[in-house]
Amino acid sequence: MAFKIIVCAKQVPDTNEIKIDPVTKTLVREGVPSILNHDDANALEEALKIKDQYPDTHITVITMGPPQAKNMLRECLAMGADDAILASDRALGGSDTWATSNALAAAVSKVGDYDLLFAGRQAIDGDTAQVGPQMAEKLGIPQVTYVTEFSIESDMKTITVKRALEDGYELIKIKTPCMLTAIKELNVPRYMSIGGIYDAIRQDIPTWGAADLGVDPDKEVGLLASPTNVYRSFTPVPKGKGTMIEGDNARAIADQLIISLKAKHAI
Amino acid sequence: MAVIVIKDKCVGCKLCQKACPFEAIDMDGKLAVINEKCTNCKVCIAKCKFDAIIDDAPEDEGVTDLSAYKDVWVFAEQRNGKLMNVALELVGEGRRLAREIGIGTKVSAVLIGDGISGLAQECFEYGADNAYLLEDTLLKNYTTDGYTKVLTDAIRKYKPEIVIFGATHIGRDLAPRVAARLNTGLTADCTRLDVKVSSYIDYAVKNTTLDTSDLDPNSEDKGLKQTRPAFGGNLMATIICPKTRPQMSTVRPGVMTKRERNPQATGEIITVSPAIAETDIRTQILDIVKSAKELVSLTDADIICSGGRGLGDASGFELIKKFADKVGGVVGSSRAAVDAGWIDHSHQVGQTGTTVKPKIYFACGISGAIQHLAGMQTSELIVAINKDPSAPIFEVADYGIVGDLYKIIPEIIEEWDNAETLYESTLTRTDD
Repeated sequence: MAFKIIVCAKQVPDTNEIKIDPVTKTLVREGVPSILNHDDANALEEALKIKDQYPDTHITVITMGPPQAKNMLRECLAMGADDAILASDRALGGSDTWATSNALAAAVSKVGDYDLLFAGRQAIDGDTAQVGPQMAEKLGIPQVTYVTEFSIESDMKTITVKRALEDGYELIKIKTPCMLTAIKELNVPRYMSIGGIYDAIRQDIPTWGAADLGVDPDKEVGLLASPTNVYRSFTPVPKGKGTMIEGDNARAIADQLIISLKAKHAI
Repeated sequence: MAVIVIKDKCVGCKLCQKACPFEAIDMDGKLAVINEKCTNCKVCIAKCKFDAIIDDAPEDEGVTDLSAYKDVWVFAEQRNGKLMNVALELVGEGRRLAREIGIGTKVSAVLIGDGISGLAQECFEYGADNAYLLEDTLLKNYTTDGYTKVLTDAIRKYKPEIVIFGATHIGRDLAPRVAARLNTGLTADCTRLDVKVSSYIDYAVKNTTLDTSDLDPNSEDKGLKQTRPAFGGNLMATIICPKTRPQMSTVRPGVMTKRERNPQATGEIITVSPAIAETDIRTQILDIVKSAKELVSLTDADIICSGGRGLGDASGFELIKKFADKVGGVVGSSRAAVDAGWIDHSHQVGQTGTTVKPKIYFACGISGAIQHLAGMQTSELIVAINKDPSAPIFEVADYGIVGDLYKIIPEIIEEWDNAETLYESTLTRTDD
């Protein structure tokens, strides 16, 4: 029987490329590319490595997002995933992490049986790291987050992972089905293959709306069902510009800096 | 969709479309149309000059009995019988929030583990009014299943109004699981918490571009206002949790300040008998390994010497290390340097790394991406050394040096011990 993996991925703006317009104090989005979220690429790569080793493995990638997120799903297919599903509906818009995890958990249940759920630890636009654990809770399966090493026994049921801690790691054994969240140290994601790209363009990617997922827009998903709301939002104020230190040579500059720090009682 | 466009008032000026952080506004000819990407952040409402966008959210519908919930809980995370620094920071912050809510509101430290009752006193000394103690041999080490179960049970029983966690690898594993089980909201990685609207206004006026004119400082609203960076620190959002309790947040280590320790402090210990069985825990810890690599204590450092892409290659960190050793600091880095593989992630300062506020932050060859600034701009003094005079880091630096760091830093190292003499030579003697 095939080993079934569901990878949860997100299309995100490349936040490294975002700048603040100094005059309007708003985000400048023009030319900011949308990318497959980094940690999610690591989750997919680990799934693909399992498939490399055990070819009888089936990988489905799911995401929730606007219709354009299909581009990211095609990238996942071109890397080697078997199927992709987009959860997309106006009724899902404005979902917070609680509501998002309801929609994605419903999508996982609709896909059907699975052995392993793999997600990135967090997305670079929201940085919350909440959706993975919240999905696991709703699906009633155990989780390990911050996974940096993965191995599975040949029974395809017993998994051992390294979970990163701030000052070391834990070695944890867990049984399938379970949810794991990946971080960058886990692996180096592969590139899309030419053949993969060719096939991915033609592959059908189903779109599931709230009705397909069987979620209630008033109580489970979307803006109004979400327990958290945005109260206000704003751009941070940069600290005021300070003094530029100039001098004839490096020594003079260094001396001037040290004198300034001393004068401020900083040293 | 709660943000709506009033068709008659919209003139099609596109100001809202430009301001929207989420690409959630499309133009249908001369009419702005809110699409499904809207998160109700309300940026567009403030930007619209024609009052054509309003928030149509129904107020407080179907609110559960929120008044049954009382007090502020802090998950007092311990590892190996030792409290995490962030736990003590949060005890102090929780105390501030409890006092803002009003007299009679307590801040409680929640201790989960085995044989850890001694830690309660430490929590009292840093500001906790009381402590809930949940002990069991099965809780000795953190497991997602074990801690989620006993904490959720305790929250259901005692009904705290607010529960805050350190945004550590454990706090960020536990909090979402607990929030999901309780079906309540959770806000990640907060950098600021407020209860009173007046406190929020004070904060916003001092630190942000937010127009607070529509906020009433005398408002009775005491819901938790949880401010956090998003988009890699490019945008700040304040999140509320109006309909469900408890209100839950994780808070980044190093952001809140510990209270001064009061060795005379006392408090009540409330012993909770957790219902936990071996079968509740579906993971097995085979080993816990402390990293052999030196622990980078960025959050406690008085001086941080950080290197970025401008170092050119990995060997540049040898100079940064020498610099740090000389000035008694620790080595930090930008994400670019970590991504390039020049230095371990544990050194990374920024939105996805560690938040720091040392006395002096030396940014060497760091351009100052917003995600980096988000993690260091509250440092007391920032010194930037960079070849590029237009680098954004100079916008936040107290002292900026445009030049080659490989020339400047060796001179600073050379002259550092002469600080006293150098400084005195600049003073005009008046005593003789």
